[in-house]
Amino acid sequence: MSTELPVLTANDFASDQDVRWCPGCGDYSILAQMKKMLATLSIPREKMVFVSGIGCSSRFPYYMNTYGIHSIHGRAPAVATGLKSVRPDLTVFVITGDGDGLSIGGNHLMHTIRRNLDINIILFNNRIYGLTKGQYSPTSPKGKVTKSTPMGAIDNPLHPLSIAIGCEATFVARSIDVHIKHLEMVLRRAAEHRGTSFVEVYQNCNVFNDGAFDYATDRKIKDDTIVEIEHNKPLIFGKNRDKGIRLNGLEPEVVQLGGAIKEDDLLFHNELAEEPSLAYLLSRMRHPEFPEPMGVLRAVDRPRYDDELNKQITVAREQRGDGDMNALFRSGETWTVS
Amino acid sequence: MSTTTAGATASSTSPTSKPVVTLKGATVRFAGDSGDGMQLAGMQMTNTSALAGNDIATFPDFPAEIRAPRGTLAGVSGYQLHFSSTEIFTPGDDLNALVAMNPAALQTNLSDLHDGGLLVVNQEAFDEKGMRQAGYAQNPLEDGSLRKYQLFTVPMTSLTRRSVEGLGLSQKEADRCRNFLAMGLVYWLYGRSLDPTLRYIESKFGGKPDLAEANVRALKAGYNYGETTDAFVSSYQVDRARLKPGRYRNMTGNQALAWGLMAAAKLSNKEMFLGSYPITPASDILHELSRYKNFGVRTFQAEDEIAAITATIGAAFGGAMSLTTSSGPGIALKGEGMGLAVMLELPMIIINIQRGGPSTGLPTKTEQSDLFQAVFGRNGECPMPVIAARSPADCFDLAHEAWRIATRYMTPVMLLSDGYIANGSEPWLIADVDKMPKIPVSHPGPQEGDEPYLPYARDERLARPWGIPGTPGLMHRIGGLEKQDITGNVSYDPANHQHMVNLRARKVANVALELPPQEVFGPERGSLLVLSWGGTYGACLTAVQAAQAEGLTVAHAHLRYMNPFPRDLGDIMRRYDRVLVPELNLGQLRQLIRAEYLVPAVGLNKVEGKPFAVSEVLAKIRELAPASKS
Repeated sequence: MSTELPVLTANDFASDQDVRWCPGCGDYSILAQMKKMLATLSIPREKMVFVSGIGCSSRFPYYMNTYGIHSIHGRAPAVATGLKSVRPDLTVFVITGDGDGLSIGGNHLMHTIRRNLDINIILFNNRIYGLTKGQYSPTSPKGKVTKSTPMGAIDNPLHPLSIAIGCEATFVARSIDVHIKHLEMVLRRAAEHRGTSFVEVYQNCNVFNDGAFDYATDRKIKDDTIVEIEHNKPLIFGKNRDKGIRLNGLEPEVVQLGGAIKEDDLLFHNELAEEPSLAYLLSRMRHPEFPEPMGVLRAVDRPRYDDELNKQITVAREQRGDGDMNALFRSGETWTVS
Repeated sequence: MSTTTAGATASSTSPTSKPVVTLKGATVRFAGDSGDGMQLAGMQMTNTSALAGNDIATFPDFPAEIRAPRGTLAGVSGYQLHFSSTEIFTPGDDLNALVAMNPAALQTNLSDLHDGGLLVVNQEAFDEKGMRQAGYAQNPLEDGSLRKYQLFTVPMTSLTRRSVEGLGLSQKEADRCRNFLAMGLVYWLYGRSLDPTLRYIESKFGGKPDLAEANVRALKAGYNYGETTDAFVSSYQVDRARLKPGRYRNMTGNQALAWGLMAAAKLSNKEMFLGSYPITPASDILHELSRYKNFGVRTFQAEDEIAAITATIGAAFGGAMSLTTSSGPGIALKGEGMGLAVMLELPMIIINIQRGGPSTGLPTKTEQSDLFQAVFGRNGECPMPVIAARSPADCFDLAHEAWRIATRYMTPVMLLSDGYIANGSEPWLIADVDKMPKIPVSHPGPQEGDEPYLPYARDERLARPWGIPGTPGLMHRIGGLEKQDITGNVSYDPANHQHMVNLRARKVANVALELPPQEVFGPERGSLLVLSWGGTYGACLTAVQAAQAEGLTVAHAHLRYMNPFPRDLGDIMRRYDRVLVPELNLGQLRQLIRAEYLVPAVGLNKVEGKPFAVSEVLAKIRELAPASKS
């Protein structure tokens, strides 16, 4: 094997297929940041596999010059599980959406995360069904008026990061399609994490749900509506960085800095916390009551399913020797007819 | 554990003082409560008979409930065993001997006992409550209703309790040894050695010396009871069968499948991945394969049936020998995944251990009603090769065949078995894996330059190449959307879709090109061809043999290839006046045959959760092939 690291550019990751998302779709930015990030990983393209389900986001693998499977609705995490189980040498990305990952594929998402397979799950959350032309999704807010909910959605929405943390996720992060530097950083952190990385990307569907994330992207207000969290740093936000999040018992609260309240009084982020309670608390902070956290909420080290599975194979071979088929067939009770 | 005293009074070599009657074969059923250990008793008697050199065929029959209320009709569990000095293919129609541990077992099983058959009953279970639960107004042991059988009432409970006295067992624990007492008695009746079961007890209960000793004592007490009580005036013997020379072991269908799959993996130089979700009666394959990690077998107990098939697809893309196991309801859930597998043209095996349907149906009972599901059960034009095992030992060979077809044609293959084959057992002539045909599998190597890899280019049989991740230069994307011929790129072109649908159908049809000619047992032409498939093989073959002995010009063809059919099948059927298709469904193969060949086949159909009796098939043969025709 050559130890030479490949020198790649973002363009090397573009396939020969025309990208067919709607002009202005947030997916373009995610695709661009992904290619840029991958080019810096020093992993050859043939070692990468993109697996997706069904939906706008799930066309992603076709646009990557890597291996890829565009599978069926909701099942990408399970496809990736089989693949990674037999090929731990591969770098595997699952591309999914709010409908694909949380509705039809909710079960697979839950179990893949709890197994902590060493893969990266990127969930494009546009809070709408785009490919089927505009029905509400499991992340659409209550009251959302769509083609299938003319009087408003009556379901309570799911919150992807809370779900992931509830499933014992070891890496949970969030970014926004248009915050390209932040998005690239989060994707890199996800790729570098060993175990299941779960990333929610706020993604604008400019055709069926335009402006769903304006509150988080509008330059005029975003400093007050999102908070970029960093390990070991206090949660400070606001145009003048004069607001912070403080813990009041088990509840977070927004406080004004200056005066009696110092930075040290604020909640300090700890992405390495073994207990997921802090990450969960952060995942529950929602607009408009709170600024929504962006960045890595949780990054802890736990045994990985693919490692453990293959370790059992190794241990079994050490303990019992490499399997001998004929010896097995002749073991136990046999008799001879002459 | 002490077994040093074993065998002195009860080994197969110790002569009995009573007369011994030699039989050609016998069919015995142990029946009792589902907690009575009847399956264990049956399996032990099976192994012992196999080791004694008999041919064997078994039929375990148990309720879906783990423990139905004690003593009820719903809770009766049975294990039927046919052992013979000649070659046999079925677990037997009528019983020569029935062991009934309680009134409910007698009530539900008596009708299968041959007139004059041996009826061994635990008389102490016939108390008021037990008889009421079984629906007996008066005690059948005393009212003369069992006069046409050789009735042996045995106080099994007290004999068992007495045999384990002094071991400090609770009454409940002592009573749990009753199945060993019943076994011992049956062993004496048929002159069986206790040794295999004594070895079993030692390996199973070695860590619990008291229980081991109790079971040994109960077994011997049963054996000695047969020898000493005046009730039994003679015992029986069934000589060794003249099977093909070689080394044998007893195999269930599910075990044979598991081992056959492992052999196929080795012969194709692959490691195996099983994605599976527990379901009756397929789970034993998952259990069995999970034991062999040192053979490189990776098993994944998925969160559901859909994850099981899609993980299987992922593993196949990665280059592993990949398979999933289930039964009808689970196969229904896998439908969309199977369609993806057909579209991706990746090799894998989908195993359906059929059970009674529809819906949850009869989970522990056998049926052949998933043939349509196997051939058609997916959206779109979605052809898949389907093969069906005919007996427990045949499962071993078909596992190899499934993987051969899957890799040669780059296609998922459906392998059908059923509950009867899966749990039933027969002697298996142990294979030598070094002498089995290799299954050649190749992957395209690295590719340099700008020449694109063409994942949907095809060879002469229309199989595409199996390029796997990790290979430089072969990066490609595949998916469920229709693909452009050769490049595999997404294509919505109408003419291309027509072309691809035709291609996939032709590819699966090509499987028939290298299938062996259909075997026919009997005259080349005549009045009747019995055409069967799957687990009805033994009953149909035995019935045809009997009909031929009666002088009828009847032949038997048993299909293992269900899609595509063997190329000569149409010609074969046209050489007979009539075609009879016996099936444990309402006529699924019959419909396929009629549609494909325009042959006016008639059916013999039954869906009672039970296999055919030979007599049922024979009666139908006599009806359709009158003696005057011969």
